[in-house]
Amino acid sequence: MSRVVDVLVVGAGPAGLAAAARLAAAGAGRVEVLERERAAGGVPRHCGHPGFGADHRGRPLDGPGYARRALRAALRSGAAVRTGVSATGWAGPLSLDVTAPTGLERIRAKAVVLATGARERPRSARLVPGTRPAGVLTTGELQQTVGLSGSGGEAVRGRLGRRAVVVGGEPVARHAVRTLRAAGVETAAVVTELPCAAHGFGAVPVLTRTAVVELLGRGRLTGVAVRGRDGVTSVLRCDTVVFTGDWIPDHELARARGLALAPGTRGPVTDGAYRTAEPGVFAVGNLLRGVEPAQVAAAEGRAVADAVLDLLAGRPRPTAGVPVLTAGPLRWVTPGLLGPTAVPLLVRPDRRLVRPLLTVTQDGSPLRRERLRGDPVPWRSVRLGPEWTSGVDPAGGPVVVGAEEYAS
Amino acid sequence: MSVTRTGPLPSGPEAEYDVVVVGAGVVGCAIARALARHPLRVALVEAASDVGDGTSKANTAILHTGFDAAPGTLEARLVREGHRLLGAFAGEAGIPVEPLGALLVAWDEQQRAALPRLAEKAERNGHRTTRLLSADELRLREPHLGPGALAALAVPGESVICPWTTTLAYATQAVRSGVDLHLDCRVEKVRTGDPWHRLVTRRGVLRTRHLVNACGLHADAFDALLDRRDFTVTPRRGQLLVFDKFARDLVRHILLPVPGPLGKGVLVSPTVYGNVMLGPTAEDLDDKTATGTTAEGLAGLREQGGRIVPALLDEEVTAVYAGLRAATGQEDYRCAAHPALRYVTVGGIRSTGLSASLALAEHVLGLLADCGLELGPERPLAPVRMPNLGEAFPRPYRDAELIAREPEFGMIVCHCERVTRGEIRAAYASDIPPAGPDGLRRRTRARGGRCQGHFCGAEIRALSEEYGQGAR
Repeated sequence: MSRVVDVLVVGAGPAGLAAAARLAAAGAGRVEVLERERAAGGVPRHCGHPGFGADHRGRPLDGPGYARRALRAALRSGAAVRTGVSATGWAGPLSLDVTAPTGLERIRAKAVVLATGARERPRSARLVPGTRPAGVLTTGELQQTVGLSGSGGEAVRGRLGRRAVVVGGEPVARHAVRTLRAAGVETAAVVTELPCAAHGFGAVPVLTRTAVVELLGRGRLTGVAVRGRDGVTSVLRCDTVVFTGDWIPDHELARARGLALAPGTRGPVTDGAYRTAEPGVFAVGNLLRGVEPAQVAAAEGRAVADAVLDLLAGRPRPTAGVPVLTAGPLRWVTPGLLGPTAVPLLVRPDRRLVRPLLTVTQDGSPLRRERLRGDPVPWRSVRLGPEWTSGVDPAGGPVVVGAEEYAS
Repeated sequence: MSVTRTGPLPSGPEAEYDVVVVGAGVVGCAIARALARHPLRVALVEAASDVGDGTSKANTAILHTGFDAAPGTLEARLVREGHRLLGAFAGEAGIPVEPLGALLVAWDEQQRAALPRLAEKAERNGHRTTRLLSADELRLREPHLGPGALAALAVPGESVICPWTTTLAYATQAVRSGVDLHLDCRVEKVRTGDPWHRLVTRRGVLRTRHLVNACGLHADAFDALLDRRDFTVTPRRGQLLVFDKFARDLVRHILLPVPGPLGKGVLVSPTVYGNVMLGPTAEDLDDKTATGTTAEGLAGLREQGGRIVPALLDEEVTAVYAGLRAATGQEDYRCAAHPALRYVTVGGIRSTGLSASLALAEHVLGLLADCGLELGPERPLAPVRMPNLGEAFPRPYRDAELIAREPEFGMIVCHCERVTRGEIRAAYASDIPPAGPDGLRRRTRARGGRCQGHFCGAEIRALSEEYGQGAR
């Protein structure tokens, strides 16, 4: 079955739903969101903790509450949100092949917004050696396992275990520890290669500058071997290990469309309005760079609407911008392309930087230099306002974002 | 015909067999299937909870032609015949095979000088279609090869295959044709006798007139149960890396190393699932359970793989695993008939068991006849058609008619590998249902993709529990 819509959004997480809501409200025509999971809302659905802003009465929202609100907003503005529907590949420049229980479809759109999100790298992608026992998972799988089995009780303990080690020191590790605790699973230790974790973990010991070097056990995990800062290897006994963080964009459709990936983020390169190199194809949210909070992803979803509406109205596409690169101890920057319009930048440091001097330069001449007041950390991005990118010459060379630390 | 996993074994005449095959790897399953063509009572007995749970599940997944076997050996003959037989059977049974052909790539002068000798050896093994390629011809065929490739020998016919489906197809056809399959049934003692041998297993006693040892890594230990000590199996570990499907376009053929004095080197090969595999290492060990990977092993593989196809290393690794080959220190199989014991040992099937399996089975039938087994007339086997796991063939998620009939085949559960709810249900409803998540992965690919369960693990587990209960 072949159909035509105005805008096809792939992924009903915070970014995709926000894009659909705004576009449908702005009269973009038929706006359809495809979600391969059985429910819309994306990752927040599994995050039963606050940190997702507040509702209209000022009450804090947890992940599921946030997801429900985002879905409601999209539906109210007239977007169609279809769940259990998988976009499996491209059938043309703006046409996707889709598998659903109702059959196969080929959907052509005037604009396609990719909002396919990110995932945590599993054990294998991290090249952790050892055996392949049961009891090895990511935070995402942990949260869904608890979500499907309910907290506590024998069902969840049968599916999880009794004693876990959590790998990673970023904020998501805290959610893993909380989820385990709620399910009645003790956390033996949090293990991180970082020199310090993002925060405390209550009574759970945190082993910093420590790497997991081997998984042990046949059938079921019996422990993990770790090597600490002193170079000594020891074994932590556990029957569950949760690998947290280390996000990678879920960029299958983006790559299948031939979109170039930015080396730092492994997400598709876009300009400041979230246009990819392919006319009519846009990319937003955590597909762009691993993980940012839901509100950041949603803001990008809202922001992409302007460029999509320009396209639908037949307004000419601005000329491609200049590439944006990083130098020094910075892992990545988005967007990957800058045009004549000044836009904010997101920058992620490689490690904790002490009051760094950030610089934006083009062709060797500084556009802006400013010392940051705080110390940026590798698990949080620094947002540089549009003033940092004013004055970029769209005909010039690459824009380079750098960071320097001075001994005080 | 029956498949058992738990509880006491049948007793009385139900527990009496003409032949018991011990070991349900790819070789044991092929032997049971060959025996099922004859009016015999046959049991296939396995210590693990699934068929193909040892060496047969963790190998390089290549259907070899036998071009490089030592000419005149049993292995050379059986791999050559097995390649032909399995190629034909795969078509009938729906086992995914892609005849990509192999390229033996020479990276130095010594290796280049070895290529004509390898071509000659192939000819002596009956393979006359190999061809020497210049560096330019090679580059045209494999544009992503690293710098420094000097020449290659092209070997048509070398194929990639699904080893899991192959083993399962043999076992399924055997079971459907009347063979009893007893899983989770380790044989602990053998009391030889006439006319019955008594096999004492964890789950009871079986009686059999004839006995086949297809215990792979443990073939020497099983021989010892009958006081035979003809060889020792030294496990040779092979660690392998499986790269993301995005790497598939980087490699068009099976890229084999040129064997030389510095060892065998590693291969880079597409898989039928659409990934690229790199490996194996070759480490002689003592421990027959050492199927873990090591940091050194993985680092070494990445270094070698990066020289062969540099762009490979930019892609994510989907899976890491290790398997053990049953090496015996002799460059041939160790197949022997012991007529006085009405016993056949199939040992030392080092790394070509998958390729040779169907020919090995025919060979074993001959050895059993030497031990006095009367096979009787032949009858056709019950047909099998396995669920397709190969990317080169239609998968259920793209099958409009199937989805219209059964909407569950339109519900993708494992998104990375595009496995549907319908396939998971079908696996549990099959003749030999999976015993757990690993068995389900080998039957459907569920959870075998780049996310390794991040998105789908919880749901697949819940479905396994739901369908698994129905299956038992």
